[in-house]
Amino acid sequence: MTDRLVDFDEVLTRYEPLIGLETHVELGTASKMFCGCATTFGAEPNTQTCEVCLGMPGSLPVANAAAIEATIRIGLALGCRIATWCRFARKNYFYPDIPKGFQTSQYDEPLCTAGHLDVEVDGETYRIEIERVHLEEDTGKNLHVGGATGRIHGADHSLIDYNRAGIPLVEIVTRPIPLTGAKAPEVAKAYVTELREILLALGVSEVRMEQGNLRSDVNTSLAPIGSLEWGTRTETKNVNSLRSVERAVRYEIRRQAAVLDAGARIVQETRHFHEDTGSTSPGRSKEEATDYRYFPEPDLVPIAPDPEWVEKLAAGLPELPAARRVRLREEWGLSDTEMAWLVNAGALGLVADTVAAGASPSDARKWWLGELARRANDAGQELTELPVTPGQVAELTRLVAEGTVNDQLARQALDGVLAGEGDPAEVVQARGLAVMGESDELVSAVDAAIAGAPDVVAKVQGGKVQALGALVGAVMKQTRGKADAATVKRMLEERLLG
Amino acid sequence: MSTPAPTDRLSRQEVAHLARLARLAVTDEELDLFAGQLDVILRAVARVREVTGEDVPPTTHAVPMTNVMRPDVVRPSLPRDVVLSQAPAAEGDRFRVPRILGEEA
Repeated sequence: MTDRLVDFDEVLTRYEPLIGLETHVELGTASKMFCGCATTFGAEPNTQTCEVCLGMPGSLPVANAAAIEATIRIGLALGCRIATWCRFARKNYFYPDIPKGFQTSQYDEPLCTAGHLDVEVDGETYRIEIERVHLEEDTGKNLHVGGATGRIHGADHSLIDYNRAGIPLVEIVTRPIPLTGAKAPEVAKAYVTELREILLALGVSEVRMEQGNLRSDVNTSLAPIGSLEWGTRTETKNVNSLRSVERAVRYEIRRQAAVLDAGARIVQETRHFHEDTGSTSPGRSKEEATDYRYFPEPDLVPIAPDPEWVEKLAAGLPELPAARRVRLREEWGLSDTEMAWLVNAGALGLVADTVAAGASPSDARKWWLGELARRANDAGQELTELPVTPGQVAELTRLVAEGTVNDQLARQALDGVLAGEGDPAEVVQARGLAVMGESDELVSAVDAAIAGAPDVVAKVQGGKVQALGALVGAVMKQTRGKADAATVKRMLEERLLG
Repeated sequence: MSTPAPTDRLSRQEVAHLARLARLAVTDEELDLFAGQLDVILRAVARVREVTGEDVPPTTHAVPMTNVMRPDVVRPSLPRDVVLSQAPAAEGDRFRVPRILGEEA
């Protein structure tokens, strides 16, 4: 089915978008939320389950202290109020991804409330209000069999792996974010990006989006400009890349505008995002699904974080990304705009790590924003997804600085690194990329260039030193770019003018 | 999480709705029967309200305990064959369930 879409810029002349995000983060604890089962990603199916996470009668859950602590630290980093007393609740529903018949979650007593996160888009700061941060458990993974591969539609049965069921999951919910206008898609992406940075800085999750450690549900609605009421929203589920967050919001804005323009109503519903087409399609309808009959979990006692403990956790928070950006900007002597480029390119952490690995800030920036950004863009990937480490980039800059390779050879070395041929030095060795010294080969290439262009030689010796460039070019060509241009120039000067 | 005030009788529609949420097939006669029975239970429980005062907070636990937690330490899981043997159906390494309707995943 193809949705009718309105041109994005045109939508904004008539409608005001309202967005909101619910983000789920799998914590990086060693064991599950309520039992001691391991949380190793990629383990053999159903090898990390027990009577507690499978919901066997008589089993008793006990909360994981590290997960509670991580959730409080997330709340503190987002400027939230930390509850002095709260409970877990049962969210009742029947779906085979939950073996217990309910998900242990939190309802009206979340651990953290009323925080905020500031994000910047094109030099403008948007304050995202955080409504709540609560702790729950992840669900199992369904594999639909029959019909189109992996799709529920037309499947004749499903197979389930409960390894993921019971892994601590933190849900971070924003309040509706108004007045973002045409920036709505970018604000949504910037929020998830910044949140991810914070979670990384806290070290509470690996936040690997491709492994589903961080998934965002994106709420979008439109209202006619000047309208006092907000429109009906849709919730696009489990958008699991930063690019997709932006694309999902943009798509929903364009689709909803077409529906409203046709005089129809937006249905409040869950929608699914499709990475391949960048489109959304309707999922289960909401009316009955929300009847979860929450009630306090009788098998878990309330959590009452000791204020002294909370204070200690607050004092122990690491430097947060916003503060770090200010510090690095000053240390590296960058302008606000230069810093914004780095951040928007998702390169800040990579550059910082590359500098930490020994590169100069300017070299590190040059590689990540130049050659690497181009390659990521060509591959439709984020920079972080490129198969090259900051350490390898630092090594590349060192090889250039030492004169082992020139820029062109360094790019070839990078080809090898990205192709999985090893570290830069190994690739340089294996591919024979090192810059030629004043070897016999280079001397004979210089000889050949001089012999091959007597007219140029005459010009040079007649005082037109710029003409030397043509000879340098000939030598570089002869050596297939492996010579060092400065060395070649010096050798030519010695021979012709010395 | 307050329970609804049991001033009105539990309706057939409410019982039908609850039955649907609980995936129970209930006949028309049973709806009447259960509505009556559940109503009696709700009213009996509601009598507790008559003896509670403003100074008694609602509670969900009989023991006044908080912060029962375990350290983040991995313990052995159950062997997979044992786990899968508890399921009504399994296939290969996974639990097998009938096809899931109503959602496009």
